[in-house]
Amino acid sequence: MTFETVLASIFSAAFIATIIRASTPIILPAMGGLISELAGVINIALEGIMLTAAFFGVVVGALGPEWLPGLPVWVYPWLGALVGVLAGLILTLIIAFFHLELGADVILAALAINILASGGTVFIMFALTGDKGSTSTLASPAMPSIIIPFVGSIPVVGQIFNGENLTGYNIITYAAFLSVALVWLFLYRTRLGTHLRAVGENPVAAASVGIDVKRVQYIALLMSGFLAALGGINLSMGYLTLFQTNMTAGRGYIALAAVFLGNRNPLGTLIAALIFGAAGALEAQLGTLNIPSQLITMIPPIVTIAALVIYNVRRQAQMAANARKFQEKMESEHKVV
Amino acid sequence: MPQLVDMRNIIKVYPNGVVANRDVNFSVERGEIHALVGENGAGKSTLMKIVYGLEQPTSGSIIFNGRPVKLQSPHQAIDFGIGMVHQNFMLIPSFTIAQNIVLGHEPVKGRLLDTKAAIRITEQLAQEYGLDVDPTAKVEATPVGMRQRVEILKTLYRGADLLILDEPTAVLTPQETDDLFDAVRRLVAQGKTVIFITHKLIEVKEISDRVTVMRHGEVTGRVQTAEVSEEDIARMMVGRDVLFRIEKPRQQRGEVVVQVKGLSYVSPTGRPLLRDVSFQIHRGEILGIAGVEGNGQTQLAEVLSGLQPPTTGEATIGGQSVLGRGPRHVRQAGVAHIPEDRLTNGVALEADIADNLVVDRYYRSPFARRGAMSLRQVRRHAEQLMQKFDIRAAGAEALMGSLSGGNMQKVIIAREFSADPVLLIAAQPTRGVDIGASEFVRRQLVEERNKGKAVLLISADLAELLTLADRIAVLYKGEIVALFRSRPDLSEEELGLYMLGLKRQLPEQRE
Ligand SMILES: Nc1ncnc2c1ncn2[C@@H]1O[C@H](COP(=O)(O)OP(=O)(O)OP(=O)(O)O)[C@@H](O)[C@H]1O
Ligand SMILES: [Mg+2]
Repeated sequence: MTFETVLASIFSAAFIATIIRASTPIILPAMGGLISELAGVINIALEGIMLTAAFFGVVVGALGPEWLPGLPVWVYPWLGALVGVLAGLILTLIIAFFHLELGADVILAALAINILASGGTVFIMFALTGDKGSTSTLASPAMPSIIIPFVGSIPVVGQIFNGENLTGYNIITYAAFLSVALVWLFLYRTRLGTHLRAVGENPVAAASVGIDVKRVQYIALLMSGFLAALGGINLSMGYLTLFQTNMTAGRGYIALAAVFLGNRNPLGTLIAALIFGAAGALEAQLGTLNIPSQLITMIPPIVTIAALVIYNVRRQAQMAANARKFQEKMESEHKVV
Repeated sequence: MPQLVDMRNIIKVYPNGVVANRDVNFSVERGEIHALVGENGAGKSTLMKIVYGLEQPTSGSIIFNGRPVKLQSPHQAIDFGIGMVHQNFMLIPSFTIAQNIVLGHEPVKGRLLDTKAAIRITEQLAQEYGLDVDPTAKVEATPVGMRQRVEILKTLYRGADLLILDEPTAVLTPQETDDLFDAVRRLVAQGKTVIFITHKLIEVKEISDRVTVMRHGEVTGRVQTAEVSEEDIARMMVGRDVLFRIEKPRQQRGEVVVQVKGLSYVSPTGRPLLRDVSFQIHRGEILGIAGVEGNGQTQLAEVLSGLQPPTTGEATIGGQSVLGRGPRHVRQAGVAHIPEDRLTNGVALEADIADNLVVDRYYRSPFARRGAMSLRQVRRHAEQLMQKFDIRAAGAEALMGSLSGGNMQKVIIAREFSADPVLLIAAQPTRGVDIGASEFVRRQLVEERNKGKAVLLISADLAELLTLADRIAVLYKGEIVALFRSRPDLSEEELGLYMLGLKRQLPEQRE
């Protein structure tokens, strides 16, 4: 591909579709990370949970017909997703138990889970398929896609709403965008969400008004595990329908970066996740050019740094403007006196 | 009168081995205002946390309303109608006042929060009990006096009949304290019962019906307030006569060592908090700063100690310009700082006493040698200071967070005084400190002055300023509106007029 064709593809409707697709497995774990962070029990095991869910989703989706024959075909992907999510929740429960019951450090507990997940998935995959690289020998199903009717024939709009090939987005992509609104509603408009934020900000104060801090933190961790697991399912049962060793490729950590870059709120986190998604999409497009891949993989981190710098420069400019305004006011007051 | 709470033979041993309550009997009658007093670390807060279900007694029983009860969580205590306003505020800074008041028992419409109802409830409560608050303001942006009222409203919203107020006046100005007392009297008139912890014996005399005195974890006296004098109570607390008067020899004023010129500070959100503040301090002088809380005192201390860069203006210590290069630079130029918010800026709660005492000097000899710290020196240093400043704790390696409020303050004072500064900034140094220790702190401040140090004393306690300071400046809305030489006929009321912005001096009247 030439540079021009790449440029053209970046400024096309199809590219927006790619961004939406690439953002999905960042938005979901980011929402999970946000919830856990706001509850004061940041879950850095998003990566491992995604990986585990992705793996079990594929395995159960593919081997389901063998283990439980006779069900309608559409059931198996859902069964896979269910088991994948359950696996993610069990891992989260382990973190929650070690941290909340036994007093282990939440970061260390999660770190252990990440290591366990990256090795454990490969181990079981090898036992099941004899392959250490991917499950390409298994015929695994995809979660259904949703095609929005009527818009397909409209140029541009059709591609934005139904993907570049007009095959629709995976149902989990819809779940991801819906989750942003739901998480917002949960955090700011429900009692439990309010308790969650209170616990994260001042646990002693929350306890003193009778809020059960431990219970709230259990719930927050489990919600983060659930959302991360959905992100994992999206990786292995969406656009791709197989599991590859370490296929999350750091998305669980990028999701955490999105939480902080997004100023620890749902909308900001969504925007940050979209920026990262765009960087990923760009990375994929430029990969077709004859540019060293090391340079291209630097795009997402550079985008992060650039975003942080811009944010801080703007804040400082704001502060300087405030100070200037004040000085001018003082000077004019003195002239009057 | 029937007893509302009756605590019998309460013993509390903390996991670290500190015995905070030794066989305490304590009871409160329905409808009374009961003062609980005692030195720092006497076990007052612990006893109250037991009533509120935050701590479990090691042994002993509690009878509430005639029935034996087990209070295992604040939740249960709240259900019994017990409410507590803690010594350290228990609020969520980023939430609004209404959100804080209903936290844990939020009104809902369907499954979602009913924000309007929360605001309405707050307004109603505020009006019913005469405690004025702004329901939609964020707690982090409200002055301490209002936070105090929020805490009280919080307990009332939960239906408290028994209110425990743990040192509620420590952070209040005289005016705010009067308002609080009016509110407390109204509450009692409406059938509530109040337990009131304080270190100010004047307040005990003014508001309480009965007093229980604690010392070293034991109850040493229980009397009708009307039958005793402040001196009697002090004697019961400390076990000796307490001198309320501080000897202050005539000032030997030296040359000017601190020059502050045109200092302004604008907050990141654009609010001017200090406006063109200029003053000088001489060697051997205590300059007092009076003002209603939130008029720039905090920012003045933070800017002068290097914690915040000023927006404009400068300060020199002995002719050397000190600001804008961070706190260590300021400290090395000879500034020591007792911060107002001791929990956030004064100590590291999760470090031990010894470490807290060397945080400003660990990098120098004798604590550091060739880049390594001498733990023996750190320990020796801590033990010396603990003895000199009478810090009561399990030992030098006791965690800061396990100390009583007053002992925490003593650790800070020990560190700052022992730094041998040129300028000592003391912000609310006796807040929450018991009478014995306050006397000690005040005497030390005067001694530093006599040794030729410059002292900047920021205090909400006007009586303290009038006894200690050689000159008093009044801050109003970030501006110095008056500067007086301390003299016998200067009254609290006179200062009050300037503090409230009702009067201001012309520049040439400044003394
Ligand atoms: N959580 C804790 N763990 C260990 N020791 C504690 C804890 N809380 C308090 N203590 C210790 O128990 C003793 C009593 O403390 P408490 O806070 O009850 O005193 P207080 O009378 O309220 O003092 P102050 O007037 O300074 O607030 C002190 O020696 C204190 O160091
Ligand atoms: Mg106390």
